[in-house]
Amino acid sequence: MDISAQGNVIKKKRKWFDKPQVAEDSHYWKPKSEVWVWLAAAAYGLALLLNIIIPSQEVLDPHGYRVLLAAFIVLFVGVYLIALKRLQLRKKLYHKAQFIFALGLALAAWDLLTDKFEILPLPFFPSISEIIRVTIDDRALLLKSMLFSLRLFFVGSIVGAALGLVTGVLIGWWRQWDYWLAPIIRISGIIPAVAWLPIALVIFPTSFTTGVFLIVISSWFPVSSMMAGGIISTPKSYFEVAKTLGANEKFLLFRIAIPNAVPAMFTGITLAAAFSFTTLIVSEMVGAEAGLGFYINWAKGWGVYSKVYAAIIIIAIEFALILAVVGAIRNYFLRWQRGILK
Amino acid sequence: MSEFIEIKDVNRIYRDAFGGSTYALKDINLSIARGEFITFVGPSGCGKTTLLRLLAGLDKPQSGILKINGVQITEPSFKRGYIFQQPTLFPWDTVYENVAIGLKARKVYQEKKHSIKNYIDMIGLDGFENSYPHEISGGMAQRVAIIRALINEPEVLLLDEPLGALDAFKRIELQNLLLKIWRQTGTTMAMVTHDVDEAIYLSNRIVIMTPRPGQIVDVVKVEILGQRNRNNDDFIALRKKILKKLHLVISDEELPEYVI
Ligand SMILES: Nc1ncnc2c1ncn2[C@@H]1O[C@H](COP(=O)(O)OP(=O)(O)OP(=O)(O)O)[C@@H](O)[C@H]1O
Ligand SMILES: [Mg+2]
Repeated sequence: MDISAQGNVIKKKRKWFDKPQVAEDSHYWKPKSEVWVWLAAAAYGLALLLNIIIPSQEVLDPHGYRVLLAAFIVLFVGVYLIALKRLQLRKKLYHKAQFIFALGLALAAWDLLTDKFEILPLPFFPSISEIIRVTIDDRALLLKSMLFSLRLFFVGSIVGAALGLVTGVLIGWWRQWDYWLAPIIRISGIIPAVAWLPIALVIFPTSFTTGVFLIVISSWFPVSSMMAGGIISTPKSYFEVAKTLGANEKFLLFRIAIPNAVPAMFTGITLAAAFSFTTLIVSEMVGAEAGLGFYINWAKGWGVYSKVYAAIIIIAIEFALILAVVGAIRNYFLRWQRGILK
Repeated sequence: MSEFIEIKDVNRIYRDAFGGSTYALKDINLSIARGEFITFVGPSGCGKTTLLRLLAGLDKPQSGILKINGVQITEPSFKRGYIFQQPTLFPWDTVYENVAIGLKARKVYQEKKHSIKNYIDMIGLDGFENSYPHEISGGMAQRVAIIRALINEPEVLLLDEPLGALDAFKRIELQNLLLKIWRQTGTTMAMVTHDVDEAIYLSNRIVIMTPRPGQIVDVVKVEILGQRNRNNDDFIALRKKILKKLHLVISDEELPEYVI
């Protein structure tokens, strides 16, 4: 007999997949049920199984792909086991589970459409096995290209951001600077940096300095204008409070206006990172002798599209990492905002 | 001997973009003694904030002169602490850092930082030193704003309706805090309020102002025994007198329970 039905409190019947229960959370809001976690793991198992039992059309070495899938499943189960003890991780895992599941199915489907039944035309749509194979084969050159691009990115965007910070402060604080500098920066923001490419290639001695120049231009404008905007938008009352506490002009700028501009500054830096990255790849595709943009162009020249895909995937991962680093720095500096924003 | 604070024939007119003008303050004359607790009451728009801002040096009069210790007030100074209606704490600084701002601005942080802890303890916020402003309540924030100004040991504390945004409970708590500070430090207090009871409860003198143009209509001395007891007969009589001056009551019989 069902005891709970007799009482006043009608308990919701727990299903086998409902445990461990996870509380509602505004950030990790997806349905909380364990079934998706298992389905996600199963999707990668399915992708692996299909790859093994259905014969390939092309003669390939699928081991890299298989090892990767297997490694992912092991990692995923490992994370799940850790998550059983850690509530925050569990919430995140449950929230992401549906997406991870869908991604697994997509991998399996892609495998069937390409290598297994050759429904999509080659060589423009290579199988993942092939992409992974060329990535492993070409790892030395890819790594070199990646490091080269990263170096260019960091040199260019650090110089550009530093320049942007300084001019942003000058423009936001002193009207003479605003009068003379703001129009120049605005124009440099309107013209896409890569439009300077033909001229820059002639002016600068190496492709590296050309790239740095273009990236500096790309990141200067967003950082500068956001920084200036943040300083200008400082509430007057903050300055008045500080003045009655004995602040001089220097104090007002460095302890009131600049801290007030920090959130806007980070928006500018994030924008600058995105602009710079685009500029980086495009400039490398045209003038460079190394870097991921160069690699893409080179692979296309040989008609090896699997290598183009490999480079694109690496670009995506690299950019995601850069954004994560910027985000972590931002969170550190804006820890006072935690709880103010959603 | 000249008074501690002297306000002489001060006029402040605001002009708007359409050629109109507001007579915010007209022919203001007032002197304030050192160590006095003076309050300003009056309807909205009668120039209370304008007068306080002039005293702080945040604004300048069209004509007339404001002096402190015989010296004309021309710009803000840490010697004249100002407490705004909103706490206006800096959101990027913790409670401790907010209180420390005045010391850092004056470059005396190293010598005087030991006093920060005492002030934070005085307002009962020990344990909240590392909280950010959005993590504490409005009443707590206003207390922090008060000690942020006090840390500089100002000669005069200008308070613009500092308790206006608080509920009755917190208000009384903070009124007593202000009295405690006033007695302990002897700081001259000039405070704007909408609350006649608050004015009687706290001050030595009450300046009654009216709007359009902003003028002082009367200055009432509070010299009653049992000033700190709001149900005392003299207290009630004085409240009635002030409300009459403000045209809030017409007949003698009419007497509101409590007016803000
Ligand atoms: N910056 C300004 N520009 C134009 N007019 C102003 C300005 N500040 C104040 N005024 C006008 O001056 C008059 C007095 O303003 P003030 O803020 O001093 O009044 P108040 O007594 O403090 O009022 P409240 O009790 O509502 O705070 C008002 O009519 C107001 O509209
Ligand atoms: Mg006011």
